[in-house]
Amino acid sequence: MSKEQVAGHKEQVAGRTSQNGKPKVAFFDFASCEGCQLTVVDSLQTHLDLLDAVEIVNFREAATLDGWDFDIAFVEGSITRPKDEERLKRIREQAKILVALGACADTGCVNALKNLQPPEEVRRYVYGEHADWYETYAARPLSAVVKVDAVVPGCPIDREEFVEVVKALLVGKKPPVPDYPVCVECKLKGNVCIFHMGGICMGPVTRAGCGAICPTYGDGCEGCRGIISHPNENAMEEVLDEAGLTVDDIMHYFTMFNAYREVGTGKWE
Amino acid sequence: MTTLNVNVHYVTRVEGHGNIVVDVKNGEVKECRFEVVEAPRFFEAFVRGRPYHEINHITSRICGICSVGHSTTSTRATEKALGVELSEQAWLLRKLNFHGEILDSHILHTYYLVAPDFFGVPSVIPLVETHREVVERALRLKKLAGDLCAMISGRHTHPCALVVGGFTHTPKERELREMRERLVAARADMDATVDLFAALPWPQFERETEYVSLRKDDEYAFIDGVVVTSDGFQYPIEDYKKVTNEYCVPFSTAKWTKHNRESYMVGALARFNNNYEQLHPRAKEAAAKFGMKPIVTNPFLNTAAQVVEMVHCVEDSIRIIDELLTRGVREEKPAPVTVRAGEGVGSCDVPRGILFHHYVYDERGICVEANCIIPTNQNLANLNADICALVPQIMDRPQEEVRLLLEMLVRAYDPCISCSTHFLTVEFV
Repeated sequence: MSKEQVAGHKEQVAGRTSQNGKPKVAFFDFASCEGCQLTVVDSLQTHLDLLDAVEIVNFREAATLDGWDFDIAFVEGSITRPKDEERLKRIREQAKILVALGACADTGCVNALKNLQPPEEVRRYVYGEHADWYETYAARPLSAVVKVDAVVPGCPIDREEFVEVVKALLVGKKPPVPDYPVCVECKLKGNVCIFHMGGICMGPVTRAGCGAICPTYGDGCEGCRGIISHPNENAMEEVLDEAGLTVDDIMHYFTMFNAYREVGTGKWE
Repeated sequence: MTTLNVNVHYVTRVEGHGNIVVDVKNGEVKECRFEVVEAPRFFEAFVRGRPYHEINHITSRICGICSVGHSTTSTRATEKALGVELSEQAWLLRKLNFHGEILDSHILHTYYLVAPDFFGVPSVIPLVETHREVVERALRLKKLAGDLCAMISGRHTHPCALVVGGFTHTPKERELREMRERLVAARADMDATVDLFAALPWPQFERETEYVSLRKDDEYAFIDGVVVTSDGFQYPIEDYKKVTNEYCVPFSTAKWTKHNRESYMVGALARFNNNYEQLHPRAKEAAAKFGMKPIVTNPFLNTAAQVVEMVHCVEDSIRIIDELLTRGVREEKPAPVTVRAGEGVGSCDVPRGILFHHYVYDERGICVEANCIIPTNQNLANLNADICALVPQIMDRPQEEVRLLLEMLVRAYDPCISCSTHFLTVEFV
């Protein structure tokens, strides 16, 4: 163990604040897989210059930094415990701009699937007789607890879209997140429609911006980027009905990534 | 007499939230533990009621770093439950995709999470100024691994095209040839990686334990096989509970496991110890540069075992691509699924160790029972035992050094706390 290592470590623990006038950026997470923060790290492969534009002061997954003086907070994850609310509110008080990073933070993602089942059963199934040891409540997106200024949708987020959102925020513009369906991007790519190949696809009602990646790779859209503001749900249900799906099947497609939209906190409150 | 208070609330540069708590009064260790404080997510509960084709795309979301691993394990469990057979080509693509993930995850851990400790910096970011060539190499290798995964299943994090029965997408022979050229070119980067990590002053600490991994007759096992332990036990995958024996501890939202002893270790070091003979010759050469031959009992060298596996995966990926190109690549759809009631256990040795997914389906193909046992959970008792064994050896050193060494020990396990809750914070009280 060298002196430099220990000294470097002391600096880490103390955290640090920027004196270079760059916006200070922090990353936080709640219940999630941390894949969106990983995608942020991966965006450096092609956009290493992002580090010239901002000062990262807190990023537990990738750095030993614990700064609480920041301008922009990127928050990944759903809120699933009352004590998460306190931490999120503290982040909100500090941040000039709070960004929901990815589907867990934006829509509740698959975390909200538990809201479809009775809470006692869910806890007992995983932790058995020790169910009471662990605090949990219905999964919810950040916006159910605090004001969210911008979102980066998707499970996981799209690397290029993340970079575009950061650029927009740095010049004070509203981030360019599409409000039209995935079908538009699929057509632009010249993909054969998944329905025409006998598959099922949530593309007609799901927010674009992913470049229709799943249909492009032969798999139907599962709705991970959330439902657009004005979906034609009746037409969608008709299409799914024509494809031979039962009401239960259709509910599966609408709840896989969007259970919070469908039932909110569901059977938990 | 030594008095020491270490309380690391949220260990950094690990995936998820864990604390280290160590309390030494008058030379006596009062408290010593690794706590997992990540919010529980209840995957096993909420996949019940979902149709078979959703399950691997839901359980992939347990972890953004090893989502190919979860997705592969999940599809294997479902394929066994529903009696679905994979084509030879699909098998080769599954293995190639898996190598891409082992590479991606190990590069993240070795370069981004572990290396900063040895350079005395808080993250990889300051190294952009001081060691630009190291950072650029890491980014280059990470991009290669991610592109390898994306070529097969669409993207590394939450693969789209990996489904029950195979893949909904087939890479083009041209793409495979280009990937082969990049892998061959990456040998220089792998040599530099081995030299960089082999020269680091790895902390000295030995504690023998039981090592658990998969094993196969014909290759270094990552997907399927049998469960073996360094204490001489062997089980079919279906008997996984005889190894894992999960139990709850109050300071951890992740469950613990034990087998023949109070704890066991899984991951790259366990695989290295159990299956060394099946490593590619170049990977064995890399191990020799670290002075490693089984049985290696220093847990800090789990990171070194990851470097060795990276070499293996680069070489074996080249071999698999050659085999695909020799056979000729056909556009294939996933194998057809006949929905039926059934039960299946899938197991893969994912970047952090052996993983099990176990499902029961009803006659409509709806999941009615689910169980997932995560590598990090299986390592928690062993990590805790290592912390408790290391503290008395180092407690006379300055508190900051103790703290750093304990954090480095936690990082060596490459814990994935999100997975484990399915994980943890270091708190020194």
